[in-house]
Amino acid sequence: MSIKLENVTYTYNPGTVYEMHALEEINLEIPQGQFVGLIGHTGSGKSTLIQHFNGLIRPTGGRVLFEGRDIWEEGYPLRALRSQVGLVFQYPEHQLFEDQVLKDVCFGPSNQGLDKEACQKRAREALAQVGVPEELFERSPFELSGGQKRRVAIAGVLAMEPKVLVLDEPTAGLDPKGRDEILDQIAWLHETRGITIILVSHSMEDIAKYVERIIVMNRGRMAFDGTPKEVFAHYRELEKIGLAAPQITYIMHALKDKGLEVDTSAITVEEAKASILRALGRI
Amino acid sequence: MLRDITIGQYYPANSLLHRLDPRVKFVGTMIFIVSMFLFQGWIGYLIATAFLAVMIKLSKVPFSFMVKGLKAIVMLLMITLIFNILLTPGTVLWQWKFLRITEEGLALAGRMGIRLIELVIGASLMTLTTTPNQLTDGLERLLRPLNKLHVPIHEVSLIMSIALRFIPILMDETDKIMKAQIARGADFETGGIIKKIKGMVPLLVPLFVSAFRRANDLAMAMEARCYHGGEGRTQMKPLQYGPRDWAAYAVLWIYLAAAIACCVLGW
Repeated sequence: MSIKLENVTYTYNPGTVYEMHALEEINLEIPQGQFVGLIGHTGSGKSTLIQHFNGLIRPTGGRVLFEGRDIWEEGYPLRALRSQVGLVFQYPEHQLFEDQVLKDVCFGPSNQGLDKEACQKRAREALAQVGVPEELFERSPFELSGGQKRRVAIAGVLAMEPKVLVLDEPTAGLDPKGRDEILDQIAWLHETRGITIILVSHSMEDIAKYVERIIVMNRGRMAFDGTPKEVFAHYRELEKIGLAAPQITYIMHALKDKGLEVDTSAITVEEAKASILRALGRI
Repeated sequence: MLRDITIGQYYPANSLLHRLDPRVKFVGTMIFIVSMFLFQGWIGYLIATAFLAVMIKLSKVPFSFMVKGLKAIVMLLMITLIFNILLTPGTVLWQWKFLRITEEGLALAGRMGIRLIELVIGASLMTLTTTPNQLTDGLERLLRPLNKLHVPIHEVSLIMSIALRFIPILMDETDKIMKAQIARGADFETGGIIKKIKGMVPLLVPLFVSAFRRANDLAMAMEARCYHGGEGRTQMKPLQYGPRDWAAYAVLWIYLAAAIACCVLGW
């Protein structure tokens, strides 16, 4: 068991005219090694929620537990927690500040108290894992392209070797190729290093084929929680809260309505193709 | 932590003060500031405090909200108080080596303290009840006569309104970058002054980069909409005085007259 939230409630600016309930009664458990997608409309509370995972925000009600310990109890090492639960914010490239890519990635490990050599080793590994070529290591991060900057920023968190990696819309503003590459690399990290991945997105399409569990947020509450197939079965309700199931789901449902015996829980194009061919008796 | 700064922040409410013309509020604030320097004695301070209390009541802004704004001047206030208490010559009440506290010093420190606190509350009362846009509109109108002297009033007020508009944006940005760096193990709180200043680099560099990027984007967007300065520019909501504004002016002039009278009488 890795992260557990018990009745977590969070209110912005309590007691003023700006009061806003961002989270209400969230109960959630994320075991170590899971690949989770967190989906919700803008303002649904997903960004607020993930900041609870590494203790950046203190809940106004309820408890947050990491490996069984309440992170807000007296004397809990919050800084150590933050190196175990790595958080990559939206547009992480906006946090780059060093004059060299390698130095910037070293920032996290050096804050963990590692010596220079160990930092550099970690930084090189992390940069290689996100696919930044070696010739860019000495360059200024501000000269890189948007996609490369983002990789450097993700490497900056990865170099701390977290057990849990939370990414807030890591593909926002990237072209389709950059998006697929980054998502593939995240999935690869999940497989090879066994770290828990929590991927925040507002697009079902993007994450459907990677994640094993989807949590849907709506107006500060958890609307659905289950495997992608279970969640997409509620595609009508999803539409009501401003989200949509992958297009494949709609095609499969339409085919079924026309009398073709297809599997409506198919998510990817490949699954759908196989199911349709089977229904047509071609396999 | 950054959200505690309330100076320059707008507090939405529907009160008499919120509905007043920004020009009235601006002139009123000026009169209040002047009056704080006209009053010499306790009677004067009593009048000013009463005036301020009525205004706070009228504004419907919670008093606790304004007290939060005072946090920003705590240091200044402490220094002023300490120097005034220790360095004013007069009847000695207590002495230790070269340090001494005098009766006059205490009285002066008290007056200075009240003056500073009321000045800040008075000024924040204006920004709390006036949106930045209204404020710069009002200022532009009030200063229009300076146009004749070739002072670029429109440009100055545009710079002001952009600056004001960007305060909350940059504040949010600072918050975000701070969190992102804290998530990478940065420490902004502990350590000595050198360590703290060094620790600011990961915050300030991205903040400057983002400020320049935003400035660039804004300039581009304005040019794309054919912005060409103040000449011949009309306003969507031109300012117009109503009966309540004239009434407010009357109250303000009476208050100013009272302040001047107090000054002459030495109260």
